[in-house]
Amino acid sequence: MSVLVGNDTKLVVQGMSGSAGAFHAKQMVEYGTRVVAGVTPGKGGSKVAGLERVPMYDTVDEAVRLAGANTSVIYVPPPFAADSILEAAAAGVRLVIAITEGIPANDMVKVKYVLERDYKDVVLIGPNCPGVITPGQCKVGIMPGYIHKPGGVGVVSRSGTLTYEVVHQLTALGLGQSTAIGIGGDPVKGTDFIDAISWFAEDPGTSSIFMIGEIGGDSEERAAQFIHDNVKKPCAAFIGGQTAPPGKRMGHAGAIISGGKGAAADKIAALKAAGIAVAPTPAEMGSTLAKVLSSSN
Amino acid sequence: MKIHEYQGKELFRKYGVPVPFGIPAMTVDEAIAAIPKVQKESGSEVVVVKAQIHAGGRGKGGGVKIAKTKADAEAAVKAIYGMQLVTHQTGPEGKKVQRLLVEQGLAIEHEYYLGMLLDRGTGRITVMASTEGGMDIEEVAAHRPEKILKEPIDPATGWCDWQSRKLAKELGMTGKVATELGKFLKALTKCNEEMDCSLLEINPLVSTKDGRVLALDAKINFDDNALYRHPELEAWRDPNEEDAQEIEAKKWDLSYISLDGNIGCMVNGAGLAMSTMDIIKFYGGKPANFLDVGGGATAEKVTAAFKIITSSPDVKAIFVNIFGGIMKCDTIAAGVIAAVKEVGLKVPLVVRLEGTNVELGKKMLAESKLNIVSAADMADGAKKVVAAVGGSK
Repeated sequence: MSVLVGNDTKLVVQGMSGSAGAFHAKQMVEYGTRVVAGVTPGKGGSKVAGLERVPMYDTVDEAVRLAGANTSVIYVPPPFAADSILEAAAAGVRLVIAITEGIPANDMVKVKYVLERDYKDVVLIGPNCPGVITPGQCKVGIMPGYIHKPGGVGVVSRSGTLTYEVVHQLTALGLGQSTAIGIGGDPVKGTDFIDAISWFAEDPGTSSIFMIGEIGGDSEERAAQFIHDNVKKPCAAFIGGQTAPPGKRMGHAGAIISGGKGAAADKIAALKAAGIAVAPTPAEMGSTLAKVLSSSN
Repeated sequence: MKIHEYQGKELFRKYGVPVPFGIPAMTVDEAIAAIPKVQKESGSEVVVVKAQIHAGGRGKGGGVKIAKTKADAEAAVKAIYGMQLVTHQTGPEGKKVQRLLVEQGLAIEHEYYLGMLLDRGTGRITVMASTEGGMDIEEVAAHRPEKILKEPIDPATGWCDWQSRKLAKELGMTGKVATELGKFLKALTKCNEEMDCSLLEINPLVSTKDGRVLALDAKINFDDNALYRHPELEAWRDPNEEDAQEIEAKKWDLSYISLDGNIGCMVNGAGLAMSTMDIIKFYGGKPANFLDVGGGATAEKVTAAFKIITSSPDVKAIFVNIFGGIMKCDTIAAGVIAAVKEVGLKVPLVVRLEGTNVELGKKMLAESKLNIVSAADMADGAKKVVAAVGGSK
């Protein structure tokens, strides 16, 4: 079992003729993901080198109607990405995973508003995220597939490379993953921690949860409260940016301590207060969860 | 991206948001020449001389002076221009004042706070207002949150007039001032939306004895992701407000921030870069920078990043921490080797490579015969680099 993506995923790649789209589409096909269509406006009917078996369409609507796509992944450049998300939702795709980094916040405010108003059943992951992977079944995004291993840990993270780091540590400890979800580093995004954690809580294939947060906002604090109130499965967490200075944006548009809010110390305190083990350093993420698991057995 | 107060007010004027009459000055002579012009325009002797730096808290630090005569104003100009202005946002070393704003004094009736920013919880731009203007608003938020009024902007309709009327009532404004606030907010929310502001703060917003509403201050940050829509803003960058390494990094589209430690860091991914700073601190060291080389960097970009790090005289050792996903380890290795060949390597270099093409990357570094300390994992690398600068302090 898993959440979001698996053997029944039929993927359309938006922006497949671009360099990032083509490269990652090939990687996903190699991993075993069923890539059923590519979309680039004006490129319908053409072929992308190395992906000759994947039909190209001008619109996502065609990809859904003619190729049966039920999930979309977006590699479209930032000025056109918000439009692409709404196109996918309108075409009837149920899951939209937006990899694109650098979408203006105002664009995402409008996208989120329209999704909440007209497409309540559509799940958006990202933007500015590494994607979602169910090891051994389906990879949708940009993560290196080989570090993953099927198993029971559900991973949810605001950071791409830190997700790779924790997955690598878990795999080395023999702890496989049910699904790893990168929710992305932007301030306005689709899925947040609480959504992902609730899916993991209900998923019979997930036996424990690792959460990676970072400075900025208060979604880690709200997730801590949610876990405390609703989740019985063992959980561990890490918060990046413990030494970040206030007022400086740390790469991600959302990673900033502003107005005295969003500091790592507050998030760590909230997690600990909710009974969640917090890894003291990023090198101890895997071992922190392993300790929780061995003590709960 | 941040801009100066006088630039913010120029933008406000363009959108019809009322601001006091003022003239920006880049030199002492320009500022002194501006004084009589401001006095003539306003019909009053009173002028305000304001230091233009990007940090807040300028008044408390002595960077804002009200002068009642021309002589006082000239003295204020000479006192503030060139001073090392220290505020709670500049750090203890302060910031040298190289630009001034000479502005008319106003007969103020009341001061308010007005701000606009994105509420992540609701995903809406939210207007915040308070009767506690001119105060440290963060203090107000922390101790008397009920004093801050909030109104979200509906993405479908934009700011509505009824919201202005509601805020005016709650702020205790009546008559002409309430009407003026409505016009003010209509114009300001339009500016916020069209210019892709990520933060817009007016502290204080003032009402005057003759019933006007004006922005006495203007703090504006723009959404970096939306700058492509506003190429005209490039001209407003002030090189004095950014450090040399950060400017160079921007040319290469690298995410770089200077810090005050001595261990240079080169990492891929923002989260891992932040965490690398954390683990260096955990083992007793101090990072000299935050640097995310990004996912799809070329060897040339890696070389540029490496040169930016080594160009800082404070850097006594370097930690390269890479978990290759899209970024391939051999690309990192090629970039580092090219940089060292070009600029030499005067400080210890600790490299931790993991992920895509890791074996090839390690082999390239080994064959380069460079004096590189390799690390098994992140913790090992952090310990080794801290030891290289003389251990924990």
